[in-house]
Amino acid sequence: MSLSGRHLLGMYNVPKNDIQLILDTAITFKEVLDRPIKRVPTLQGKTIVNLFYENSTRTRISFELAEKRLSADALNFSVSTSSVSKGESFKDTIKNIEAMKVDMIVVRHAAAGVPYYLTQISDSNVINAGDGIHEHPTQALLDMYSIREKLGKLEGIKVCIVGDIAHSRVALSNIYGLKTMGAEVSVCGPSTMIPKFIEELGVKAIHNIDEAIQENDVLNILRIQLERKAREYFPSIREYQRYFGITEARLNKNGKDILILHPGPINRGVEISSEVADGPYQIILNQVTNGVAVRMAVLYLLGTQN
Amino acid sequence: MKIVLKNIILFNPEQKLNKKSNLLIIDGVINKIGNLSNDDLKNARVFDLNDMYCVPGLFDMHVHLREPGREDEETVTTGCNAAASGGFTGVACMPNTEPSIDSAEVVTLIKERAKDHLVDVFPIAAATVGRKGDVLSPMAELIDAGAVGFSDDGVAIKTARILKTALEYSKMFDVPIIEHCEDETLAGGSMNESINSTKLGLPPLPSVAEDLIVARDIMMAEYTGGRVHIAHISTKKSVELVRQAKAKGLKVTSEVTPHHFHMTDDLVSTYNTNTKMNPPLRTQKDVDAIIDALKDGTIDCIASDHAPHSLEEKEMEFEYAPNGIVGLETQLGLALTELYHRNILTIEQLVEKLSINPRKILNLSVPKFEVGEKANITIIDTEHVWSVDIKKFKSISKNSPFHNRLLKGKAIAVINNDKMLFNDELIK
Repeated sequence: MSLSGRHLLGMYNVPKNDIQLILDTAITFKEVLDRPIKRVPTLQGKTIVNLFYENSTRTRISFELAEKRLSADALNFSVSTSSVSKGESFKDTIKNIEAMKVDMIVVRHAAAGVPYYLTQISDSNVINAGDGIHEHPTQALLDMYSIREKLGKLEGIKVCIVGDIAHSRVALSNIYGLKTMGAEVSVCGPSTMIPKFIEELGVKAIHNIDEAIQENDVLNILRIQLERKAREYFPSIREYQRYFGITEARLNKNGKDILILHPGPINRGVEISSEVADGPYQIILNQVTNGVAVRMAVLYLLGTQN
Repeated sequence: MKIVLKNIILFNPEQKLNKKSNLLIIDGVINKIGNLSNDDLKNARVFDLNDMYCVPGLFDMHVHLREPGREDEETVTTGCNAAASGGFTGVACMPNTEPSIDSAEVVTLIKERAKDHLVDVFPIAAATVGRKGDVLSPMAELIDAGAVGFSDDGVAIKTARILKTALEYSKMFDVPIIEHCEDETLAGGSMNESINSTKLGLPPLPSVAEDLIVARDIMMAEYTGGRVHIAHISTKKSVELVRQAKAKGLKVTSEVTPHHFHMTDDLVSTYNTNTKMNPPLRTQKDVDAIIDALKDGTIDCIASDHAPHSLEEKEMEFEYAPNGIVGLETQLGLALTELYHRNILTIEQLVEKLSINPRKILNLSVPKFEVGEKANITIIDTEHVWSVDIKKFKSISKNSPFHNRLLKGKAIAVINNDKMLFNDELIK
């Protein structure tokens, strides 16, 4: 079995079989992570560049670890994007990296579409590690893996993504992936944070968090950006916390079992209270562990394709 | 120079002229129309243009020639060469140069650079100094130097206050204020706000950003009695607003680009930076509304918004790439292919929108086919099928999404200022 594409640019149009294959392969790799010697020789001799144009500690470390566990040669290339107009163009940077004979590029960039653009100017396998507010496919895969691990399936599971949907790459990838796997997806957040045309993707948009808790099996809670620019979409952190924050009281009030995911890093006391973040419903740290296994699966499946 | 055009269809809606005839042009002036004698043919360059349309020279009222400032992307000369190759004998160039066209000196420089060319260049000067929206440009002086309209193109005139002043002041000269309609507080997106911007994760630019300024400008035109021309109209709502304004008898006109009359934001799907423009490509509903508006005359003109950009500027991340495409050399072909051959516009309507109306809006005389008149002519072969090749563009810049596109209809020749370009060859 192998994947149908050479790259993982997003979850858009990724067939069900591919997702299934990645999730199943990840089970094997998760087992590797529990061994005393956490390394397999699968990608020995392969060179993978982690090209990060945007600060990201956890995604980069997760990829780097996944690469090392697979015995690939991992290179980190962090580029400051403080000045886009000055310095080397993206294309020239890529040409230079390629000249050093690499096999795969894991790319994180603040601009949407860069992974796709990369496939146009490079021969390497490309994995999107997050592009602008577009997609973050490995996050969606690890979220799906974590849900499936807990609930045994994805088909028919009701998942609500909560928070700033309009400015989240996690939301879009989750919507595509989950829908392909037969889950029922909705989004919940202030109306200013829900894209105007989102329902055309076949997801329900709601603005009442209690309704979201009552009607779903899973809540995937997104991080609320606290920077000033993002803040123009809601009146205050206090108001957001009161009307959309997930608290123990709110979960108890609606009195039902629910699975809580969060891609991290969490803002305790804003989108999620400490009790919930450390509580019995959440699987936030499982997600982090699963992230390494899922990324190993993606790297392995793409890296051994040729 | 003595030129004979044989068996052409003399076609000029302004003169209600539509007949097969022959034309003798001597030293750039129409000498004889109709049957020509052997004497007339003597020492003449004779072109037998069986059943091709001979129309008043086409005019593009919205081009960016980049001179002064970005001569690496286009100059007045190369822009004129591109215009002639595309079938145009006149262009109006926009003031967002470096420095901007806000002084008589810059107008004079451009006029000087265009001198002796087949194509006539008419500068649109900045409405405010530096296009900054604070201080009115020296309009009287600019008009004396050769400016034919005012615009802060690239952006809308910044405030209602300075717009009001600009419209009141420009009324003295009966010239239009040409507006790039975009609310600056809603600006900054990379593509039209739609399901596509959500799917592609690109920062959205909502259509209401255009509609708001169109509404503001129309109200201000009504209040002041000044003239407003809406540049590159792109939304359904804007079109409705202009239609209402015209019904009221206000001095409001509009233009549309070839890309906005036939392309939608679906085409952005591969992050091709040649689908990035401002206003952005919109939805099919908007395109449908534009087609209706072209038919009923709500949209007066077709203009290219020819926007040359260097390769290195366009070869980059979509969000960071500059807006705009070159259009002078594909505009007529696209109009014929997408509007004429699809029976949306008649040849008469096309000539009005590509030649007559833009000249009228800018108070320029429309070329006539009469003995003693200056020959300002475009010869159109509506049936000529050709493939766009950006390598053959006369424009320095090649940023076009139409490379390899098959088009039906082309300008075979242009004549103006006692010069003739035939099949891209200067006739001497």
